[in-house]
Amino acid sequence: MDALVTLRAVTKTYRQGEVDVPALRGVDLDIAAGEFVCLSGPSGSGKTTLLNLIGGLDTPSGGHIQVAGRDLARLSPGERAELRLRHIGFVFQAYNLIPVLSAQENVELVMELQGVGAAERHARARAILAEVGLAGLEGRRPAALSGGQQQRVAVARAIVSAPDLVLADEPTANLDSENGRRLLEIMRRLNGERGVTFVISTHDPEVMAFARRLIRLHDGRIQADERRDGPP
Amino acid sequence: MGRAGLLLRLAWRNLWRNARRTVILLLAVTLGVAAMVFAAAFSRGMVVAMVDDAIDHLPGHVQIHAPGYRDDPAAEHRFPYPQGRLRAVLDGPLVAAWAARVRVPVVVASEYDTAGVTLLGVEPRREAALAYLGRASVDGRPLADANDAGLLIGRRLAERLDTVRGRRVVITAQGADGALADRGFRVVGLFRSPWSSEEKGIALTGLATAQRLLRLPGEVNEVAVRAADPERLEALVAALRAAAPELEVADWRTLSPLTHAGQQLYSQFTWVWYLVVFLGMAFGLVNTLLMAVLERTREFGLFLALGMRPRWILGQVWFEALLVLVLGLAAGNGLALALARALGEVDVSAFAAGAELAGLAQRIPLIIHGGDLALANGLVLALGLAAALYPAWRAARLAPVRALRRN
Ligand SMILES: Nc1ncnc2c1ncn2[C@@H]1O[C@H](COP(=O)(O)OP(=O)(O)O)[C@@H](O)[C@H]1O
Ligand SMILES: [Mg+2]
Repeated sequence: MDALVTLRAVTKTYRQGEVDVPALRGVDLDIAAGEFVCLSGPSGSGKTTLLNLIGGLDTPSGGHIQVAGRDLARLSPGERAELRLRHIGFVFQAYNLIPVLSAQENVELVMELQGVGAAERHARARAILAEVGLAGLEGRRPAALSGGQQQRVAVARAIVSAPDLVLADEPTANLDSENGRRLLEIMRRLNGERGVTFVISTHDPEVMAFARRLIRLHDGRIQADERRDGPP
Repeated sequence: MGRAGLLLRLAWRNLWRNARRTVILLLAVTLGVAAMVFAAAFSRGMVVAMVDDAIDHLPGHVQIHAPGYRDDPAAEHRFPYPQGRLRAVLDGPLVAAWAARVRVPVVVASEYDTAGVTLLGVEPRREAALAYLGRASVDGRPLADANDAGLLIGRRLAERLDTVRGRRVVITAQGADGALADRGFRVVGLFRSPWSSEEKGIALTGLATAQRLLRLPGEVNEVAVRAADPERLEALVAALRAAAPELEVADWRTLSPLTHAGQQLYSQFTWVWYLVVFLGMAFGLVNTLLMAVLERTREFGLFLALGMRPRWILGQVWFEALLVLVLGLAAGNGLALALARALGEVDVSAFAAGAELAGLAQRIPLIIHGGDLALANGLVLALGLAAALYPAWRAARLAPVRALRRN
């Protein structure tokens, strides 16, 4: 099967004043369409850096990255934005939502940028919000939603336009375990029913338990890459 | 359109996130625009008052003379009282009022003194519609008609000649044939004028009386014309020239170059004022937008992560400027118009010592001119949007990761 994401000898070194901080020290990785990948590792191991590179939010210091058949190094900032718009959904640890837009509008935002018509947008946004358990809260702005509800809106927004890939950076870190599990179940279901590929970073063992594939990062290197069949 | 709609909606809501700041900015734009429009109205009113004043005191908008008269205003440079094609244009739609005059330098002598003045032979009815002197308040009686043989002189000329109403004076002049002519006149009235040169230097009598004195029957030295539309003098001048190719036709800009220079000076003042007000406004706008962009850095990172193109981010910030400018322009114009309507005119007599000398009127009408409005508004909108490009560009240029890391 063709890989959806391919990384070859990817390195990333941040420069902090006079010091070079190596965040990734040579990563080779293939992720196929439909996978549910968990990226684990201690804080500072390079998880966020890796996700940002895959999403084209940052550029690697060395190596090559391909997403959906496109070499990211060849794309302009505008083209990378377009790639994200068409193929990639993001969920961050916090502050995922645009404060001046309601839950419904936040979910519709991506479709609006894609040029989806209003009627279809409304219908799809309502449906996906109901699917993540937020029926009735469509009109609320982020400030009027709990942390767990906000993260569910973010997940709904990430998958509403059926992207090939969702990148989630510690999506449950600010949630209690009840809300965290609920969010993970939603993502697993969407992965199973719709075949959306998820790459989720975490250092929460409960999240790792959900993964079909568990990649451990340590000091900017892949330390382990395990596949498991049929977890709960 | 869908995307522009989205950007506009985002811009509108972001504007009211910091309502206080937006209100202050709006107020600044409003006052700035109002100041520009008001200044333009005042400046235009000043010019119009100045020109009106100058036009009112004898020249009219356009004057017609025989060749040579303007260099040597003597009786011999004369032409027939308007008739035929010239008369048709004068009585036509381009002209609001006109008057034909005999106008020559003469010497006027009382028992005590003599003075050189300009003698005007006039048709009182026509002058009244045209120039200030035709309507000036008179101590005594005004001239009745073209055959009136009485003499009207300025109050200060009377003082100079040490004469009073009812006395006789003698006027000596060179006739159209070159020979000296003189004649006694009874001073029937003394007129007042805000222009002392008029009070000191002008004597009026009936047109026919002057023609007899100077031996130019049926002829005049000058026709003064008040245009129906002062903005379209060129058409009037062209029509008059075509109707009377043998005569010299000149408009007030040629006849009164000082007034014309004043008019241009005021338009330059207005431009400088525009510049000053606009710079202040642009400074506030750019600063406020930069602040807003800085505060929302993380949000822009999020937009970029979601797939919003940098140029749509630029559009978002730019639309905020557009909204502020449009709202501020609407309010500013409203304010200036209301103010101009309420005031109607500005009395500057308190500041106008020497106003007469400078040719300034004392009550300045506030004139809102469509072209001035369009210019001030267009200027603020176009330059304001240009200035807003800088903060918008700063927002669009953000690198997504760096923006996202900012908390
Ligand atoms: N912008 C940055 N400037 C300097 N160093 C950075 C920057 N971002 C990350 N790092 C460093 O890179 C390493 C990996 O960071 P990160 O990818 O955030 O790890 P994780 O998400 O696993 O906690 C860390 O040592 C971190 O300090
Ligand atoms: Mg991290």
